[in-house]
Amino acid sequence: MLRRAVEDNSTGSDSDYTNSVWISWFLSSKGNEYFCEVEEDYILDRFNLTGLNTEVQHYSQALDLITDNLDDDIQDEIRSTLDVQARLLYGLIHARWIVTARGLAKMLEKYKRADFGRCPRVLCQSQPLLPVGLTDVPYEKSVKLYCGRCEDIYSPKSSRHGSIDGAYFGTSFPHLLFLVYPNLIPPKSGPVDFPALRAGGEAEGSRRSRRARDEQEPPSDIVGEGFNTTSVALKAERYRPRIFGFQVNEIAKLQRWQEAVRDKQVARLDLLDEHGLM
Amino acid sequence: MRRLQQQEPEVAQGEIEEEEVVSGVAEGDEVMEDADDGREYSSSTPTSTLTWISWFCALPGHEYFCEVSEDFIEDDFNLTGLNAMVPFWKEAMEMVLDVEPDEDAPKIPDVSIVEASAELLYGLVHQRYILTRAGLQAMIDKYDGGSFGSCPRVYCNGCNIVPCGRSDLPGLDTVKLYCPNCNDIYTPPSSRFQGVDGAFFGTTFPHLFFQSYREIAPAPFYRPPSGSSSSMSGRSSGSPQHSQEGRHTAFVNPNPHGGQKPAAGGVYQPKIYGFKVSERAKCGPRMQWMRLRPWSPEELDEVDSRGRWIDDDEEYEDEQEEEGEDKQMGEFDNVGIL
Repeated sequence: MLRRAVEDNSTGSDSDYTNSVWISWFLSSKGNEYFCEVEEDYILDRFNLTGLNTEVQHYSQALDLITDNLDDDIQDEIRSTLDVQARLLYGLIHARWIVTARGLAKMLEKYKRADFGRCPRVLCQSQPLLPVGLTDVPYEKSVKLYCGRCEDIYSPKSSRHGSIDGAYFGTSFPHLLFLVYPNLIPPKSGPVDFPALRAGGEAEGSRRSRRARDEQEPPSDIVGEGFNTTSVALKAERYRPRIFGFQVNEIAKLQRWQEAVRDKQVARLDLLDEHGLM
Repeated sequence: MRRLQQQEPEVAQGEIEEEEVVSGVAEGDEVMEDADDGREYSSSTPTSTLTWISWFCALPGHEYFCEVSEDFIEDDFNLTGLNAMVPFWKEAMEMVLDVEPDEDAPKIPDVSIVEASAELLYGLVHQRYILTRAGLQAMIDKYDGGSFGSCPRVYCNGCNIVPCGRSDLPGLDTVKLYCPNCNDIYTPPSSRFQGVDGAFFGTTFPHLFFQSYREIAPAPFYRPPSGSSSSMSGRSSGSPQHSQEGRHTAFVNPNPHGGQKPAAGGVYQPKIYGFKVSERAKCGPRMQWMRLRPWSPEELDEVDSRGRWIDDDEEYEDEQEEEGEDKQMGEFDNVGIL
């Protein structure tokens, strides 16, 4: 039924400036909230699709379906599998697109709106999350969510997100995002800095207020020089298990050990920083 | 005043869920005998089939509560101090225990006030009850049934979690969930738990629970299976002499008071295009320590009670404390892309 609708509209939208009807339909479907729109120019550049023809069956028809160029007289048996293949193809293109400059910018907008949900860890204070895959190969692992504050990964709350293939986001995306936008690396303590998050790279004033982020780097590939993150871990809050107010021995011991490991890392990074090696 | 809400439609659906809990309470049989007095009153109304407690525990959002036995509530010693915290104490007690109020007692104009008091009373008694042997037993039955859900953290491998309060005083924060594997607390996945006070579970319960049932508590050390250490990088290089210990034989934690279950010790390693992100990068990993475990229990003793390394390890004996650390996580320095 949906395919019908896509075809009906496809002739009209070929010359259209906006993206394809199939993509709009795909993005608005329930459960696909994590995906962003891949620009049609990117899809139409065959260079960006190198190698995908071996991953996707009926590759050219799937590509035609995504770009609304599918012939009406396509065989019915192919058509029935085409929808699955088109989703796979879109997902794999999506994984490549979101690590481009424009793709990162689009995902950043979604991050600022917390489209990917918020960290379930209480002490992360509802830090917005980013999607991440555990492998770049499709059909292996479902998508996970990365928290930039505790630097850990979580399973999506909802099962309709829990069944999305992680390869459609890839293993690199969140880390590349913070590499390109170091000013958006979340602070380890305090509430989520919403004004700065919303304003993103544009509003200088709100960024000035960010803790230890005084420099106003443009949101470019240049890693900012004005702040360092060597000792941010010391500010991270931890939960301390207690029985009637007393710490639990074995857990307290483990936490002391973990904090000693942290202190070592901080000392090591500070030393590197002193020698200008960071 | 009899509780008419018990006849509300939720009961039907709640009853099914609650049945297993009721039957799961091991000491339930003894309890029922004592509770008969309260029940007799209720049964004088033919429509009333559920006790207030069963009804309350079956409400949506109350899935984490276990049923407190009525004889526990009836023992005044267990309620010491609570009457100062709960308004309309007597009426609330009557409601919770399904007791017919005195005919000549002054009527409370608004039932919802007493309901709120009854909930507070039950919650605070619940906080105390789940620390008793019977309460812990009731909670482990729920735990084994997965009633509290599992840890959202990927590398905890779906470890079951327990409800937890951040305060023992009511009205401060809602219920959270404690994971014994990562020793951290999480917000419940469903918003229906946002109306449940954390004090009704208390700060002590999760930890007393895992002290009491050590076989389900993960141990504080973890040795990655050989050959796949890449995903748990960032940990210390470990002492080679301990490497023979581990999980080849039956798992034993030498600390008899500690967790006896093998831990899920994986730590997330961020990668860009397959390369580990170096800690030297501004966006490099800074928080892996929080999830790290030593390979062996002895390594825990390398840190003293003030959190300092006891510097007897030959690995850095020649170097100053701060400069010697490069070796510990050397893995990062070589592999990073930045």
